[in-house]
Amino acid sequence: MIRLEPRPTASTAMIYIAPAAAILLSMAAGMGLFWALGEDPVRGIGMVFIEPLTDWFYISEISVKGTPLLLIAIGLSFGFRAGIWNIGAEGQFTVGALAGGATALALYDMEGLWVLPLMALASIAAGMAWAAIPAFLRTRLNTNEILVTLMLTYVATHILSILVHGPLKDPTGFNFPESRLFHDAATVPVLFEGARAHVGLLAAFLVVAVAWLTLRYHVFGFQMKVTGQAPRAARFAGFVQPRAVWACLLISGGLAGFAGMLEAAGPVGQLVPAIPVGYGFTAIIVAFLGRLQPLGILFASFVMALTYIGGEAAQIDMNLPNAITGVFQGMFLFLLLGIDVLTRYRVRRIPRRPAPSAALRGA
Amino acid sequence: MELIQAIIASIIVAATPLAFAAIGEVVAEKSGVLNLGVEGMMIVGALAGFATTFETGSPALGVLVAAAAGTTAALAFGFLTQILLANQVATGLALTLFCLGLTALAGHAYSGQATPPLQPIPIPLLSEIPVLGPALFAHDALVYLAVALALAAGWFLRSTRAGLILRAIGENPDAAHAIGYPVVLARLMALAFGGALAGIGGAYLFLVQTPHWVENMTSGRGWIALAIVVFAGWRPERALLGAYLFGGVSVIQLHMQAFGIDIDAQYLSMAPYLATIVVLALISHDKTRQRMNAPAALGRPFFQSS
Repeated sequence: MIRLEPRPTASTAMIYIAPAAAILLSMAAGMGLFWALGEDPVRGIGMVFIEPLTDWFYISEISVKGTPLLLIAIGLSFGFRAGIWNIGAEGQFTVGALAGGATALALYDMEGLWVLPLMALASIAAGMAWAAIPAFLRTRLNTNEILVTLMLTYVATHILSILVHGPLKDPTGFNFPESRLFHDAATVPVLFEGARAHVGLLAAFLVVAVAWLTLRYHVFGFQMKVTGQAPRAARFAGFVQPRAVWACLLISGGLAGFAGMLEAAGPVGQLVPAIPVGYGFTAIIVAFLGRLQPLGILFASFVMALTYIGGEAAQIDMNLPNAITGVFQGMFLFLLLGIDVLTRYRVRRIPRRPAPSAALRGA
Repeated sequence: MELIQAIIASIIVAATPLAFAAIGEVVAEKSGVLNLGVEGMMIVGALAGFATTFETGSPALGVLVAAAAGTTAALAFGFLTQILLANQVATGLALTLFCLGLTALAGHAYSGQATPPLQPIPIPLLSEIPVLGPALFAHDALVYLAVALALAAGWFLRSTRAGLILRAIGENPDAAHAIGYPVVLARLMALAFGGALAGIGGAYLFLVQTPHWVENMTSGRGWIALAIVVFAGWRPERALLGAYLFGGVSVIQLHMQAFGIDIDAQYLSMAPYLATIVVLALISHDKTRQRMNAPAALGRPFFQSS
């Protein structure tokens, strides 16, 4: 008979082993998946996880996918620690892209180094405003933020589509639902000539550093930890819950909005209805896979971006649907959550029937 | 009159998948488990049902397989949250994300294919009532099943011994366990029921609404069902009414033009999501009512210490 026994404190080793094991087990399950699809499992898994690392072009592409994931996941991790579930980062990403893009179009053909920072500010403000709706409803009306943030994602997608079909449509674009291409001053500069990796990556690294310092040294990081682990203790310590809700939602909303602007003004270069491609949802997995720790999230966003690029490679080479990426990402989180039981509990084997006690046997 | 009749009928068609998913989730949540994977269970049910109906030509078989697929997904969630004690919110999200990915992959071969629709079964006599008869009593079997399940689930929770035990487990699993009730088993059964209903709700989408498999075809209905549970105060009959209300909001866009109101369809398609937010805000405003109805142990892990 096997039973679980709570550990007094979470296992330090398992904190690191669990995500690694989840990734390895996903790879093993992925090989099964390739086999089921009639492909060579070893070649398939190599294509998704290893081949993208062998080419500078792919590595640049990994950074393109990793940048939004990193930014959004860092923002989400604060709230997830405190038990505040913003799962609508996708919507905040969308309004951020929209606000940043609309700013770029309003300033069309204007030169100046101030154009991009203005777009960034607009996108952060828009993301925050979008996240302020669930924050207000949660703190004032006690409304569940999970459902509100998610519903607002659908609303944001529709608004983007309406505006791109209407006021923001390219006047010379033959009626296609897309905006003009942003002019140069409103385009995020690339890091290297000929690659799509852009300076947003550096901004994301900066955010990781700030988040790391905040969690380690600032009282806000401590408050989030306590609020999540012991809400009652947090209340007694005078940590105001509504303030935590506001802070977490505004941080995650602002970062998601910023990520949206980088996407629109970076690799996409214009506003199209298909700007939201699921980074907001994938970032939830990234946050968990990175253990809600800034450095862990840095690593997890890299792995997750790798599956995007590897999945695309597999899609082209093996003619598979690109949904294979989503399957891998879902498996990561599923397996991680399952393995995580060993972080908080240890497995004990106990005899099925209690043995007669020594005293009785002696008698 | 023709128009009113058509509107009522289309509201019921739009509401039925929501009703199935919401009734199932009410029962699951009453056992104290918050399963946010409704969207995932619905889409899995939709694909499994579609594939079965497409291959065999039998909608009835499709419904059964959809229910089985939803149950399987729900039990995967149950295994993680009840046996391995994983966080329920995170696991529910994981279930939805995984199922959306899996069905997009597995359903690729079926996109663009069509299945035979579910045939309506007019109820004798009742369906001959003018206007209301064709609007209310000339639907497919699943519409009637949803109504019957809402009543049955309400009766089960209120008036049966098993229902009482299930509610006790949702209020205080430790006390229920101490008395000797099988907490984990009961929760797994409640989850399985919720999964089966979510699966049928997913199957309804292609059986009646659009006869095709479309990637991500649930488009947020699972989440709206979760909102309906809150709206309904965790009561199955009210969940049915809530589903009809939300169904009404979602089809209103189709009929606006008939009334001569000229609004861009794009604006109206946001209506269900906005309505969900407004209703949630209004309902949750009353904190005491919320606390009275919501199962006390909802979403909390239960560790069986002895």
